[in-house]
Amino acid sequence: MAEIRTETMTVNMGPQHPATHGVLRLVIELDGEQIVSAQPTIGYLHTGIEKTAEQKKWQQIVPLVERMDYLGPQSNALAYVLSVEKLLGIEVPERVQEIRVLIAELQRISSHLVWLGTHGMEIGAITMMMYCFRERELLLNINEMLAGFRLFPSYLRVGGLREDLPSGFHDAVNAFLDRFPGKMDEYEGMLTKNSIWLGRTKGVGILTRQDVLDWGLLGPIARGSGVKYDVRRAFPYLTYATYDFEVPTQQVGDVYARYLTRVAEMRESWRICKQAIARITPTGAWGVDDPRIVPPPKDKVYSEMEALIQHFLIYSQGFTVPAGEAYVPIEGPRGEQGFYVVSDGANRPVRVKSRPPTFLALQALPKLIAGGLIADVIAIIGSVDVVMGDSDR
Amino acid sequence: MDIATRLEALRQVLPDVVIEEVPSVDQPAIAVPAEAIERVARQLREHPSLQFQVLAELTAADYWPREPRFEVVYHFVSMGAEALGSGAPPPQRLRVKVRIGGEAPMMPTIVRIYPNANWYEREVFDLFGVAFDGHPDLRRILMPEDWEGYPARKDYPVQIHKAVDIGQALQVTEEEFVRNIERQKRAAGVSAGFDVQ
Repeated sequence: MAEIRTETMTVNMGPQHPATHGVLRLVIELDGEQIVSAQPTIGYLHTGIEKTAEQKKWQQIVPLVERMDYLGPQSNALAYVLSVEKLLGIEVPERVQEIRVLIAELQRISSHLVWLGTHGMEIGAITMMMYCFRERELLLNINEMLAGFRLFPSYLRVGGLREDLPSGFHDAVNAFLDRFPGKMDEYEGMLTKNSIWLGRTKGVGILTRQDVLDWGLLGPIARGSGVKYDVRRAFPYLTYATYDFEVPTQQVGDVYARYLTRVAEMRESWRICKQAIARITPTGAWGVDDPRIVPPPKDKVYSEMEALIQHFLIYSQGFTVPAGEAYVPIEGPRGEQGFYVVSDGANRPVRVKSRPPTFLALQALPKLIAGGLIADVIAIIGSVDVVMGDSDR
Repeated sequence: MDIATRLEALRQVLPDVVIEEVPSVDQPAIAVPAEAIERVARQLREHPSLQFQVLAELTAADYWPREPRFEVVYHFVSMGAEALGSGAPPPQRLRVKVRIGGEAPMMPTIVRIYPNANWYEREVFDLFGVAFDGHPDLRRILMPEDWEGYPARKDYPVQIHKAVDIGQALQVTEEEFVRNIERQKRAAGVSAGFDVQ
């Protein structure tokens, strides 16, 4: 019998595909259902935020950097303000640091909830989407309470916070924290031992330790492959050194391992939040005591001349930052997130550059999906937690 | 093992390379000549007492009109014993700078040592116009293929407005279109027209 001749077929997945989490184009070469090669194309969401930042005053960039990573905006803002504060040589009061820890961890939970919901939905567990967004809604309510904005609160500012915590903040956070572990059990009950879930995720998209190092994939992806690296432990920032938490790791490095890592991480974030909310006093300092950087309280602006002058100077000219450069990494929801900021001593930056975890994850994508089946592409993209705004900036 | 010992080890294996220490507020920083970057990167990754396994970040900054105007900046991470197994040196970060100037700057790539430099170098090429010699696939990455100029340069004209060249009508007449289809069918051994028995 004559041998059947087959040809490979090229399939364009995206730029508009519901499973690519934004505008990502994958050109996939298929041999039957098997993937021979894949080539990602990015840049469809490039908005030039880094260039725009060069024309803004230091404080005005906080809302901009939040819009890069629309699932973890406050983590981006935290990395940015820490970098600028490092250049300024200031350290915010301890209460502000604890509040920032709390916000960063709530942000991680919020981001992971979107990941878990969409990842679950793409593999067929539609209910996950509804359940996860239900809990995320509570976190967005907390954001709204803090700053009036739900998605991009820009509550963190260079030198502290936008204003003091609103009344009722502790109750809202505690109500969420009391509710959350039960809901986590619910999510894990749906997926962790579900045979369909195991079949779609186990042994799929394997990354070895060496791959992680070669491709610079720091964060949950690295920990899923057994590289126990967490910026909160290796290069502690804020008051993380005083918190009691574990760094969960897995050894296998497949989609299921990354799922287990992130789910365990959410529980650890919950632990940190519990400790943080107990330490934060309802009222107190919410910024550094430096009138050049932090605007005076509004009631003083209306009654004292000096405060009015300070207010006017900060809002019209901003503040200057000493010449130099800084890069302070934090552990963001998708991995090491840092901002490289360069100043020449003026009130505007020379250069602001984000370290985008998604950019690196997409770079490694061809390696992850080649040799697998086309149905696995969906599971793998979900497992690296792609945010195109983070990658394209 | 502190950073001074580690840099001393680097100096010992590369005695001919000028390694300049740069003042910084956040992490140790060195500047090296462009032509030595590949050798420096290889030592940083492979030397047993350096062990900077990960290139965390690679970017550039434009200090126009100063010359040399560009600084290509590498951030390396040594992750420590917890991640790499016992015997590895403690966690450490290192910034390496390469100063490069001219209208068409060119420097060696480090893709062969750190594979994830691939997209980062494409990005620096795309936005700053710094080319990397030996890069396997040096194309634009964020901007469209036919974009003119390098947007992150300080002398790039930001305020210009340019019509976007997309959605053009098909540049072929109806007759040509039909002829093309029939030619393709003939080539595939199918008779032209629609008179199927």
